[in-house]
Amino acid sequence: MAKNIIVIGGGPAGLEASARLDALGYNVFLVEKETRLGGHLARWDRLFPEGVPAAPVLEKLVSGTGNTKVMLESEVLSLSRLGKSFRISLTSGVSVIADAVLMTTGFDLFDASKKEEYGYGIYDHVVTNADIEGYFRTGKDPRIGSPERIGLVHCVGSRDEKAGCRNCSKVCCATAVKQACELKAKFPSATVYCFYMDLRMFGRGYEDLYLKAQKEYGIRFIRGRVSEVSEKIDKTLQVKAEDTLSSTPLKVSLDLLVLMAGMRPSEAGAKVGKMIRLGTGDDGYFNTSDGFTGMQATSVPGLFVAGASTGPKTLPDTLSEARAASALIHEYLRES
Amino acid sequence: MIYEGKQKIWSDYQKEIPDDHYYYVRSCIRQTFFPASEAALLNITRNILGRDVFENEHHTTCGGIAYHSDTIPQETIMTIVARQFALMKKHGYENYVCSCITSFGIYIEILETWRNFPELEAKIADNLKKTCNLEFAKPKFVVHTSDLIYKLREEIAAKAKYKLVNVKTGQPLRVVEHIGCHYAKMFPSKGVGGAEYPYVLAGMIESWGGEIVDYPERRHCCGFGFRQYFIKANRGYSLSNTHKKFESMEPYEPDFIITNCPGCAYFMDRWQYVIAESQGKTYGENGHGIPVLTYEEVAGLVLGFNPWDLGLQTHQVYVEPLLDKLGIPYEPAKKFLGAKGQDIGCPALPSCLKV
Repeated sequence: MAKNIIVIGGGPAGLEASARLDALGYNVFLVEKETRLGGHLARWDRLFPEGVPAAPVLEKLVSGTGNTKVMLESEVLSLSRLGKSFRISLTSGVSVIADAVLMTTGFDLFDASKKEEYGYGIYDHVVTNADIEGYFRTGKDPRIGSPERIGLVHCVGSRDEKAGCRNCSKVCCATAVKQACELKAKFPSATVYCFYMDLRMFGRGYEDLYLKAQKEYGIRFIRGRVSEVSEKIDKTLQVKAEDTLSSTPLKVSLDLLVLMAGMRPSEAGAKVGKMIRLGTGDDGYFNTSDGFTGMQATSVPGLFVAGASTGPKTLPDTLSEARAASALIHEYLRES
Repeated sequence: MIYEGKQKIWSDYQKEIPDDHYYYVRSCIRQTFFPASEAALLNITRNILGRDVFENEHHTTCGGIAYHSDTIPQETIMTIVARQFALMKKHGYENYVCSCITSFGIYIEILETWRNFPELEAKIADNLKKTCNLEFAKPKFVVHTSDLIYKLREEIAAKAKYKLVNVKTGQPLRVVEHIGCHYAKMFPSKGVGGAEYPYVLAGMIESWGGEIVDYPERRHCCGFGFRQYFIKANRGYSLSNTHKKFESMEPYEPDFIITNCPGCAYFMDRWQYVIAESQGKTYGENGHGIPVLTYEEVAGLVLGFNPWDLGLQTHQVYVEPLLDKLGIPYEPAKKFLGAKGQDIGCPALPSCLKV
C-alpha cells in the first residue's frame, strides 16, 4: 500500500515536491491555508532576470501535482508523532496519519508599515514590491497614477537589526532592478531611482539585468539608504537619503516610492513547527540537520523541509530544494 | 495622507501615564524663556483639575545641557539624576514628571543605561550615598509634562471656554505640532505615538477642536540642537534648520505652532524675527509671524486664562492675530504691565516682522 506524505504549504516548493512525490507513487496530501495554491508566486506578474511571466510557471507547477489531494483553506490544528508516523489534524476536520511530513511553509513578506519612516499605509503614493506586481497583473492601483519620478528602496526590513531582521532577503535586489526596468517601460518619460546598500546580483543573468537597467533603461542607482519620507502639499513625496559614493545628503521629490519588502519567517509555519518541536535559528527560520549535506533533513526523523521555510531563497533554489527533499523522503521511506 | 495609517501607529505606541501623584521638576531654560508656562501647568493640574503635583526647592538642573555639550562626565550627570530620583522617593512619590524634553531624554537614557549595566547603577548608588547621603531609588513612571497634559486633555476640553476654531469662519485652526527631538527619537516606545508620528500634541489639538498640519519637514530639528547654537560659529546651522522648517510649512498656512520642548518654542519663535530682519521674509498672514506656543499656553487659552497672565507678551511673534481668530478678549494696554501693575516697558519693535 502506498505510503502517505503530508506537504504543508502550497507555494512553489510544496507544489514541486508534491508533483515529484506523486510521480514516485506516494499518497500526497498538500495542505494550504489560503483559498488558492501558489503562495507569493500567485501574486507575482513577472520573474527576474528575464521577465518571464509568472502565471504559466505557476500553471505548470499546479498541473504537475497529478493525484495529489489538495486541501485548501486548511490550517494545521495539531501535528504530533505516532510511533514512527505523524498524526495531523486540520481545521477542515480532516485527520491524516502520514509516514513523512514536508514543511514548505515559505515566508511572509515583511510588513513595510513597520518601517514607519517610509510612510507605507500613511502616504498616498508609497507602495511595496508586491503592490507593483499586483498593479502589473491587474493594471489597477489608484496609488500609482502616471508617475514622472519613481524611487525604489532596496532592503526594506532586510539587513536591518532595528527591523528585527539581520539577514539579506536575497531576491530584493534583482526584483528591484526588474521592477525599475518594468516601470520605466510602462512610464517611458519617468526618471527612476534605485536606492541600494549593495547590489547583490549573484545569479546567472542578474548582472546582465543590472547593466541593461543602466544602459537601456537609464535607471539611476544611488548607493545609500533612504532616511525619511514625507508627503508634500501636492501629495508628491519628499525623500531624503544619502549618496554614500559622493558623500552628500540627497533630497528628491517623487511621485511614487516602491519599497522592496524583504522576507520574514512564516508565522503560520512557525506555529506548525512548534507543534512538532522543529527548532529555529535566531533568524526565525527552521533549522536543518546540517548546512551542507542535510539541507532538507531535520532533527525529527521523517520530518523534512524545503524552500524559504529555512531561509530566503530564489524561485529556482526553492524548486531545486523541493526536488532534493522529494528524493530524500523517497530514500527515507524506502529504508524505513 | 491616510489618517487610519497614523491611527494604527498611534495605537502601537501607547504609554502608561499615571493619573495623579507626581513629583515635579522644572526646566532650567523654560523659566527664563516662557516663565508663565510652568506656572500655568501647576495651576491647571493642581487648582483646576485637582491633581497632586508636588515640587520642592531642592531639585536642580538635570545636567543635560552640559552633558550634550560634552562638558561633564557621564557618571556626574548620572549622580545628579540619582539625586533627583532620591528626592522624589524621600517625599513619598514614585511618579516623576519633568518639564523639559532634554531632561526627559536624559532620564530615559540613564534608566535604560542602568537597566543594561547594573554595575554602573550600583556605582552611582554608591556615589549618591557618599556625596549626598541619600538612598538610591528609581521612579515607577517617568513622564514629560506634555504626557500629563495629553492624559488630561479631555478633562481640559470639558472645562474649555474656547475651542481651537476660527470664530470668523467656523473652521478648525490649522496647527503645526513640533515635538522635541529628545522626546521619542531616542526611545520611540517612551513617547505617545512613537517617534515618526508622535501623537502627544496632535491628541491635544484634536481634543480641543483644532486640525493638525503635517508638512514635509515636520520631523526636522527646530534649530536649537545644542552645539548648533551654543558654539557661536555654528549659529548659521541653527538658523538654517529653522528656516528650512518654515519654508516647508509655509504653503499650509498654519495658524500657530505648538511645541513640547523649551528650546523648540524659543528658537522657532525668535528665529522668525532674525529671518524677517535678515531676509525680509515672514511666514504668517499679512507680514506677521506664525505664533509659537507651548502646550500649557494653549491649554491655558482654551481654559480662558488671561493671555498676559500666560506670558504671551514674552513671545517675539505677536499673538494678537491668533487671539482674534480664537475670539479671546485681551487688553492691549495691559500687555506690558507687571504683576503689580507697573509698566515693564514695551520691547523695541522689529522693522520687518509685523506686530
